[in-house]
Parts: sequence; structure tokens; C-alpha cells
Amino acid sequence: MDLSSINPLLLIATMIAASMPIFFAAIGELVAEKSGVLNLGVEGMMIIGAVCGFVAAVETGSPIAGVFAAMLAGAALSLLFGLLTQLLHANQVATGLALTLFGLGLSALIGQSYAGIKPPSFPQIGFGTLSELPVIGALLFGYDALVYASAVLVVAVWWFLGRSRGGLALRAVGENQDAAHALGYRVVAIRMGAIVFGGACAGVGGAYLSLLRVPQWTEGATAGAGWIALALVVFSSWKPFRVVLGAFLFGGVTLLQLNLQAVGAEINPVYLSMAPYLVTIVALAAISGTGRGAHLGAPGSLGKPFHASG
Amino acid sequence: MIRLERRRRQSRAWALATPVLAVCATVATGMVMFALLGKDPVEAIRTIFWAPLFDPNLASYARPQILVKAAPLVLIAIGLSLGFRANIWNIGAEGQYIMGAIAGGATALALYPLDAWWIFPLMITAGIAGGVAWAMVPALLKIRFNANEILVSLMLVYVAEQLLASVSIGLLRNPDGIGFPGSRNLQHYESAANSELITGTGIHTGVIAAIAVALMVHALLRLHRLGFQIRLAGLSARSAAHSGANPKRLTAICLAAGGGLAGLAGIFELAGPAGQLTIDFNVGYGFTAIIVAFLGRLNPLGIVLAGLLMALTYIGGEMAQFMLNLPAAAIQAFQGMLLFFLLSMDFLSRFRIAFGTARIN
Amino acid sequence: MKFRNWLTAASAVCAYVALAAGPLHSDPLKVGFIYVGPTGDFGWTYEHDQGRLAVEEAYGDAVQTSYVESVPEGADAERVLTQMALSGHKLIFTTSFGYMDPTINVAAKFPDVRFEHATGYKRADNVSTYSARFYEGRAVIGHIAGRMTKTNKIGYIASYPIPEVIRGINSAYIHARKVNPDVEFKIVWVFTWFDPAKEADAASTLIEQGVDVIMQHTDSPAAMTIAEEKGIHAFGQASDMKQFGPNARLSSIIDNWAPYYVARTGAMMDGTWESVDTWHGINEGMVEIGEFSDQIPAEVQTEAQAISDAIVAGNYHPFTGPLNKQDGSAWLSEGETADDGVMLGMNFYVEGIEGSIPQ
Repeated sequence: MDLSSINPLLLIATMIAASMPIFFAAIGELVAEKSGVLNLGVEGMMIIGAVCGFVAAVETGSPIAGVFAAMLAGAALSLLFGLLTQLLHANQVATGLALTLFGLGLSALIGQSYAGIKPPSFPQIGFGTLSELPVIGALLFGYDALVYASAVLVVAVWWFLGRSRGGLALRAVGENQDAAHALGYRVVAIRMGAIVFGGACAGVGGAYLSLLRVPQWTEGATAGAGWIALALVVFSSWKPFRVVLGAFLFGGVTLLQLNLQAVGAEINPVYLSMAPYLVTIVALAAISGTGRGAHLGAPGSLGKPFHASG
Repeated sequence: MIRLERRRRQSRAWALATPVLAVCATVATGMVMFALLGKDPVEAIRTIFWAPLFDPNLASYARPQILVKAAPLVLIAIGLSLGFRANIWNIGAEGQYIMGAIAGGATALALYPLDAWWIFPLMITAGIAGGVAWAMVPALLKIRFNANEILVSLMLVYVAEQLLASVSIGLLRNPDGIGFPGSRNLQHYESAANSELITGTGIHTGVIAAIAVALMVHALLRLHRLGFQIRLAGLSARSAAHSGANPKRLTAICLAAGGGLAGLAGIFELAGPAGQLTIDFNVGYGFTAIIVAFLGRLNPLGIVLAGLLMALTYIGGEMAQFMLNLPAAAIQAFQGMLLFFLLSMDFLSRFRIAFGTARIN
Repeated sequence: MKFRNWLTAASAVCAYVALAAGPLHSDPLKVGFIYVGPTGDFGWTYEHDQGRLAVEEAYGDAVQTSYVESVPEGADAERVLTQMALSGHKLIFTTSFGYMDPTINVAAKFPDVRFEHATGYKRADNVSTYSARFYEGRAVIGHIAGRMTKTNKIGYIASYPIPEVIRGINSAYIHARKVNPDVEFKIVWVFTWFDPAKEADAASTLIEQGVDVIMQHTDSPAAMTIAEEKGIHAFGQASDMKQFGPNARLSSIIDNWAPYYVARTGAMMDGTWESVDTWHGINEGMVEIGEFSDQIPAEVQTEAQAISDAIVAGNYHPFTGPLNKQDGSAWLSEGETADDGVMLGMNFYVEGIEGSIPQ
């Protein structure tokens, strides 16, 4: 085994690309959960985003249009979830699972005639000579636009949740829906907004997968990424910057184990594949066990139905 | 002004009417989708809902198969429903199902080719134990560290899937299978086989167990103190504690019940219809069962009905594929729509649509 | 979906209605297929479905084919097969190894229905087995890979450690090594047949490790797409995959089930169907070597073609001694060829491959 043949710069660059789809989906889900909504349909919204983004990019020739279409498609599907859970009071867990089932089926139907087509390639942002700088060039200036967008997004979400009035309202609604309602916050409207934001982000995550990461459409292309995104939100204990870290870890461990295999490390890939999940469980137990359980960031009203009576 | 008003108690009439309404709505929407896909909409609906029950060639086989397909869904969903009622969110039944099958299967395979009556019960016990053990991880972490059980149980599904892949190509691989993956077929090991009880129907012990468990849990929830505590915990953790329920004990019991029944479903499926442990042994029953639990409104008898309906759409969906060349994806989308309508129309039994200003309830 | 597809679909319905209304000819032969993945996977299942379409093409109204896709191996497969048999299918192709026991079980209940099981080893009077000698194709592309690599590092994305996959690795390695003694295989096991993102990760990882030619034994065209992006070479797997990597693709191993499916359906129609064990290769056309890309120098093309021709002529066996196992123990002596039994259960690497097979 020759670990020195792993180029850390290349590895980091690939890890960033690998973490993008789950990052987008998770940051959206984080906002939804902060408002007290548990949407288990992330996988369904992602794959709808993946296919709609792909179709739009192919039909218009513009990958940017694809990303917007994915956003809309993810948002539309999440709107369905919002309608069912917020207005019709359907159970969130079951509706989320149904959303995934529906999304997987619908995406395959939409994508039927798009398998085997190459999407237009995503424009690289030109940084000129900056990207030729040693180390820093590869580390900072070699990515696609969405990677930079993700950095902006995480700061924006952090600012919104922690520093803005709207974020305060959103957190209040998620923390204690009845108290928030009594204070005059419009619980359902705020949650609908959070759900749609979550859907749009999941859609972008899907589009990242079908337009950038593996530029092609195949049925079932997300292969469980949505579920990882869900895990990521809890792993991050509902903190935006930890989502970045978590996405890196989840995306990275797979890559790391593939790298270890490629350099000939004699570690059973089965155990390596289990590693991120076990690490999450241990990490979760560790953070929860510090006695700060109540302040972990888990919204108090997460998953609870709300009905303003009287 | 149109408003929703919560009914003081669920409307019985609406509770019965909404599933029918939901199916009607699904049929209408489904017909539009099938027509858009270029298939005869009436024929498609007829094949999905009617053919498994009444097609002259297929029905006599398909009817009992609906029970066989529903059995694991019902077993798992009932176990989960206990936890859901008490606000304990085990969504890792898929992993517990896998571990039940591995534990039970390994027990039987370790004894192969011994011929004894006690192997089958031992194997079933091991299956339950495997499921319980896997569910105890989130239970203990929740009790000891207050770790979120949704996440822990979900994470353990992936760990179980990796273990399954590993044992199917390694430890439990059939030594007579010339290197191919997958364990020995338990159907061919008489002492361990969960064989059919009525020839030609495919009905196995697991089907009987599912019905028995549904009845038992139904009785438990109504008659036993524990059932009362579970229902109470779902309404308010504080009042449950007042009534003498120990929340930690309740967490352990509910997760154990979910895990044990999922493990039981796993081992029945392995020793019966599936036969062998393979990389793809699990087919998502653990997740579908969550939907089934809610469709059945967390009520054991409702779960039986919901499980049967899901099984019907699976089998009808397969028939629609080979009789009408409908793609599997269309069936999946159709099932999704059915679930949406069932879940959304449920509100009619809990709310009334009122006009005018609010009344004081 | 595009608008014109709706139109085609709509006109297809009209045509269907018109046909259905007309008088029926004698009952067509019903041929069923069950698939383990979706027909749109562009790999394993896609090629089986192409075979099904070829049967329809060949016999027109005399046959009626149907399929069920994404059927899990095990209990669900047994139920689907039984329903197909009950609904009048007389010939059923079960296209994945995991359908073996279900096929045998159902066949026992329906003695007058004929079954064809892919890649298994259990047969009965009404159950044939068929598989393809993909290792012959691997020999040809292994040779090309060995000649084309500049870094002397070839990447191999493997699914699960089963004989079929190990056989492919060995065959490719032997032939790459033969023309390039310095060649090194980097093998990564992804433990999945189909996960585009993971396959893509595997491809990127291998490329970072200095690999400039990639072979795969997984189903999605993800690795080809990545190879195209990174400007290295790869081979199509199961289907040609040219559209995914017009520059990257050197050649491909295509599973061509069509001739077999057409022949077996024909045998059913004229009453000559018998239970057989078929293991066809390049010669019979079940394994097809996709067109060589112009990027392969003419002399290499000639050599590769020569290997293929020799296999077709029966003059050459890809596993011909002297060959040792990885641990250095003797396997085949000078001129000896591997017998089918050993190849079928192959669970060892040949000498020179580094790393161990995961268990």
C-alpha cells in the first residue's frame, strides 16, 4: 500500500463535488425541519429535480435553465407535501415516504426518452490566472458555479436562521408552534415557505447529480442520496455549517474507501462502507450525551401536526 | 369564510367513507395518467384492482398471494404502530427485518443438515432476537444518551444492508453453490423450511402469525395496562408518567416490539417465500410498512386492511406490466398517488369543513 | 416527456385499438421476460429488452412478448413467473442469476411451459440455461487496454466478488500483461451493480491514481461519462455506451441476446425446443465486440481482431497455460486450457494481480 499516491488536493476537489448533491438537499431539509416539518420525501424531490433539470437543460441547451427547472420541480413536489401535511393534516412521515415513491416513479416516466443523451456541459467559472496558482488555485478556483453558490447559500441560511427576523419567526414556529401561534406568527404560511425552500434545494441537489456529477440520466440515479441528506441534517444537529462538514464526511468516506482500495489497502470494503453510518451514530450519541440534549437544535415541534383551533 | 374545524371525536362514517373516496380519486387521476402514457385507462385500472381478485386464470393463485405479500407488511407495521402511538419513531424496520433474517438464517444454516423438530422454533426465536437486538441499539442510545431514534434506526438500515451483502458472498454462502453468491435455500432444508400450509396457495406460518399478532395487539391496546400507557404516551408524555408509565421502559418495549416483529417477518420470509439470503434479500418492506401503519391509522385491524390494499396494488401492478406492457415506473407513480389520496382524505374524518365564523367548541 | 412522444403514443393507441378491433388470427405464442432492473438502465436489462424486441421483430404477429421489470430476486420473482405461466406464456426468459431457484420451482409446477434461465447452473426438462462467455470479450479489450495505456495503470470497477466478475478481471489482466509486462491493475469493489454516483466516484478515484484506461463490471454508463470528461479511455459494458463517451470509448463488450432469443422462440414455434445448457461467446454472436475507435492504432486493431478471430475459429482459449494462481501455485500447465467447471466457479486471481478478493 502506498498512501503517498493519494493526491490530497485532487481528493479534496473530488470530495467537494461528491458532497454537493447531499449538501443542497440537506441544507433545504434543515430549514424545513427548523420550522418543525419533517419531510422524508427528500429522495423523491431530488430525483424529480435530477430528471427535470436534465430534461430542461437538454431541451433548452442551457444548464442554468436546467438548474432553475430542477428548483421549480423540487418546489412543486414539496408544495404537494405541504398541501397534504399543512392544510390537510396528513401524517408527515407517511406523506414523505409516499412522496419518495411517487417521485421515483414519476421521474422514470418523465425521463423515459432521455436516457443516453448527453446534457450540455456546465460552464466553468473563469478565474483566469488565479486558478493556475499552486495549491490555492486547485483548492479554491477550480469548481463549477454551483459550488460557489453553495458557499453563499450556507452563509445565507446561517444568517437568515440566526440573525434575521424571518429566521426568528421560523425558529419560533418550529420550537413551539402553539406559543408562536399565540404570538401572532402565521404557522402554516411560514412552514409552507420552509417546505418549498427545502424542495427547491433538494431539486438543485438532484440537478447537480444529473448535470454535473454524473452528467447523464438513468432511472433511479439518486440511489439513496436523499436518505443520506436526511441523516446529514440530524448529524449536523440542525446547524448550517455542520451540514457542510457532514456532507464532506459522508461524501468523503465513500471516496476515501475507494481510494484506499485503489492504493491496495487490505481493508474489507464492507466495513469501510459501513463506517460513515457508524460514525454518525457514535457522533450523535456523543453530542446528545453531553447533557445538552435539549439544546441540540432539534426543533421542539418537529413532525408535530398543527391546527389553529378557534 | 371556509374553515376546518377539528371534530371532537373522529367521525365513524367518514372514517369508513374516506378510503373509498380516496380509491375513487386515485382511479380517476390514474386513468388520466395511463391515458397520457398511451394505455387503455379502463383496462389498466381493471387489471390493477380487478384482475388479482377475479381474473379467471389468475385469481385462484393471486388471491392467497395477496395474503402472502401482505403478511410481512402487516407484521412490521403492527410492531411499528405501537411505537408511533407512543411517539417513538423507529423508521429502521428494514434493518431489523434484515437482521432477523440473518440471525435466524445463520442459526438454521449452522445446524444444516441436522434433522430435528426444534430447529424451526429455534430459528424463529433467533430471528426475533436478531430484530430485537438491532432495535435495542437505538433504544439504548435514546435511553442512555437521548440520541434521536429516527436517525439511529435509519443509519442501522445501511449497516444491516452492508452486513447482508457481506454474509451472502462470504460467511453464509452456499458451499455447494460453486462460488455463486447467496446462501443455501432453506426451502430445501426440511427442518428449517417455512413451507406452505395449504398446498398450492403459498400460505405459510407467517400469514397466520400476522393475523394472530393483529388480533393480539388489538386486544392488548384495549384491555391491557401497557396498551393504555402506550396510547397515553402518544397523547402526552407527562400524563403517561403520572399514570405510572416509565418512559424509558416504554421506549425499550416499543422499539423491541417493532424490531422483534420486523425480525419475525424477516425470518418467515427467508425460510418461506424467499428461500435464500442474497445480496438483494430485502425489498423495502420495512419502509413500506411505515406507510401501511399510517394508512391503517395505527390500528391493528386497519393495518391488516391497509396491508392487503398495498399487496393488491403490487400484484395488480405486476399483472398490468405483463398484460398491458405498462412500465414499472407508472405503477410506482400510481401507488404514490393512491397513498397521497388516502393520507389526504383522512382529514375528512378528523375535521369538518365549516362555513362562517368560528364556533366555540 | 417531449410533445412528439405524446403524439407517437397517441397514434400508437389508435393503431392498437384498430388492431384489436380486427379479426384475430391464430393465437400468437406468448413469450415472457422478467428483468432485475429497469429497461432504461442502459446496461444489463436494457440489452435483454433489446433481445425481446428482436423476437417481436423477427416473428411479428406470430408472437406476443411481455415483460415485468425491476423484479426483486426471490419471492416476488416466483410470483411473477407463476402469474406469467398462468396467463398463457409458453416460453419465459428469466434474466438474472438470482432467479435460479424461483425458475426451477415454477417450472416444476408448469411442465408444459418452457423456461430459459440466464447465468445459472440448475436445469430441468423444461428449463434451459444460457450465459455468455464474456471473458472472451475481456480478453480482447484487455489486450487493447494493455497496448493503449501510457501510465501502465488500468482501472477496473468491479461489482461483487463473484466468479463471473473475477473471471473477467483475470481474463483482462492476462491479456493486458501479455502485451505490456509493466501493466498494473487497480481494482476497486463498489459492492453494487447500479449506483451511478458511486461508479463515477470509483472512476474519478482511479483516474486520480494515474489510471488512463478504465474497465468496468457494473451496469451504469457513469464511468464512461467520467472518462470522457477527464480525457482518458474506457470500454462500454453490456451496451455500446458510445453516446456517453464518444472520445473516451475505445471499444465495448456488448451482450447480444437477440440471436439466442430469436432462435429459442423459433424452436418453440416449430416444436424443436429442448432443454440445453448454452454458453456462447464471440463465435455465436452472444458476446459482441463493439466497433474499434479510430483512436486505437491500426496495428493494435489488427492484433485485437486477430485474438477475436482466433477465439471464433476455436484456435485460442483466453485461459491457456502456463498460468499460475496469485499465490504462485501452478494452475494450468503449458498449452493446457481451463475447463468450464473451473471457470464457472473461479474464485482466485491469477499471478501478478495485486490485492485480495474481498470476502
